[in-house]
Amino acid sequence: MSYVLGLKCKECGHRVPVSPVHVCEQCFGPYEVEYDYAAMKGKVTRESIASGPKSLWRYRDLLPVDVPVTGFNSGFTPFRKAKRLAQVLGCSNLWIKDDSCNYPTYSYKERVVSVAISKAVEFGFDTVGCASTGNLANSTAAHAAAAGIKCYVMIPHDLEQGKVLGSLIFGPTMVRIRGNYDDVNRLCTEIADKYGWAIVNVNLRPYYTEGAKTHGFEIAEQFGWKLPQHTVVPTAGGTILPKIYKAYQEFIQLGLVEDNKPKIYSAQAAGCNPVVTAIQKGVDIIEPQKPNTIAKSIAIGNPADGYYAYKVVKDSNGWGESASDREIVDAIKLLAKTEGIWTEPAGGTTLAAAIKLIQSGRIPKDESICVCITGNGLKTLEAVQNDLPQPRVIEAKLSEFDELLAENEAAEKKASARAEPVGAL
Amino acid sequence: MSVKIRIPSPLRGFTNGADIVETEGANIGEVLNDLKAKANGIEPRLFKGPNQLNRFVNIYLNDEDIRFLKNLETPVKSGDEVSIVPAIAGG
Ligand SMILES: Cc1ncc(COP(=O)(O)O)c(C=O)c1O
Ligand SMILES: [Zn+2]
Repeated sequence: MSYVLGLKCKECGHRVPVSPVHVCEQCFGPYEVEYDYAAMKGKVTRESIASGPKSLWRYRDLLPVDVPVTGFNSGFTPFRKAKRLAQVLGCSNLWIKDDSCNYPTYSYKERVVSVAISKAVEFGFDTVGCASTGNLANSTAAHAAAAGIKCYVMIPHDLEQGKVLGSLIFGPTMVRIRGNYDDVNRLCTEIADKYGWAIVNVNLRPYYTEGAKTHGFEIAEQFGWKLPQHTVVPTAGGTILPKIYKAYQEFIQLGLVEDNKPKIYSAQAAGCNPVVTAIQKGVDIIEPQKPNTIAKSIAIGNPADGYYAYKVVKDSNGWGESASDREIVDAIKLLAKTEGIWTEPAGGTTLAAAIKLIQSGRIPKDESICVCITGNGLKTLEAVQNDLPQPRVIEAKLSEFDELLAENEAAEKKASARAEPVGAL
Repeated sequence: MSVKIRIPSPLRGFTNGADIVETEGANIGEVLNDLKAKANGIEPRLFKGPNQLNRFVNIYLNDEDIRFLKNLETPVKSGDEVSIVPAIAGG
């Protein structure tokens, strides 16, 4: 049933059996799961996948898990045409992959965590943990609760309320660490070393990262077994971007979709853009940065897989674009107003970058474009709270309501008299 | 002059299991050279060429990544702690 051959170092090719190890003992490179694609031919088909459950586990043949223990309602999120947004941007074939409603904690992280925790249980761990910018902590805590195992989450001290409470409710032990994500990360490698826990993004990393492929599998399947020509993806540690590309390439290799040479684009916040900087400069050395942005969930200044994100963008002939905090908030509001989707700053970053790529002509307006929305705005109220109108309070009297309506209409008329440029945010 | 280097578990095979190695030197490059001498076989794990660290090896002086300092030229003093940290996935 399982097509997994073992682990192979992405850098030097060193092979080891399936086990909870994450760095190559030869060169420190990351291990990646290796599959027997030849054996999948004719067995992993459009039909076999389509007959699976309506969750990320429909792609189980392409995941390194024997027995799923959680995530039965995770993944298989909506993929839909963004008609009203497309109108504003002047494009004709614009699509949204919407993980803002990924169950149960509303981000793309359900995908990686479902795989990692299933694997942790398979390996016999009784404690899981993670280093997180917020979303991963939420997801790890929820899935650990559902699986009935102990959970430690380590986060930077200054995250949004929604991200903090969104973990605490599930009863993990939370540790807030003075410093940025890269400091949290470093501590977590030492914790994994010392305590022998399953830290999902440290010693379970080869399995964890595979879960991110399901975002790409779903795009391909839901687009009607074909690939968008352009996919715009947020980049933090650099997990999801290369894995979406890997998903596309696996489907191509298995003959499930045609190879239309899909291009992948990286989106980062201007206040933390080490990968986009490298892409724009054309140098494959990722210089670390000290993050300073409202897009806290993607504020990783020293991205472990940044090099691979860079490489996929270059190999696929994509590009990278960054967005200022102002552009991020404007994009959040635009997506909400045109499509009824409320995303967090990571999604705002991705859309803002996509808009800049479209407006600069890097992405042609009439080709198929997928924008990957990976998180939910309800967790990051702080990002928009000073940016929305203060609703007026009135007495419960129809006359006061009439008055308010008349004032609003007058104000609207005045605003539309000042000719508004089409296409502006 | 003695600088402690913290060794992560994937590299302890080269240090007889020790998680800390005491080294001598005036800068990061020098203490890493001393480590190479004391932990036979560790060099190709850390370096891909002379004075060039492998892509996925991060070196910290106390709490700071040496890339924010002067890389291998960063001066060290007695009592400093150097950590070798593998890169890990985001979150
Ligand atoms: C909402 C959201 N989107 C995207 C990412 C991108 O992460 P990575 O590049 O590490 O896969 C993250 C990471 O924390 C996230 O929380
Ligand atoms: Zn290797």
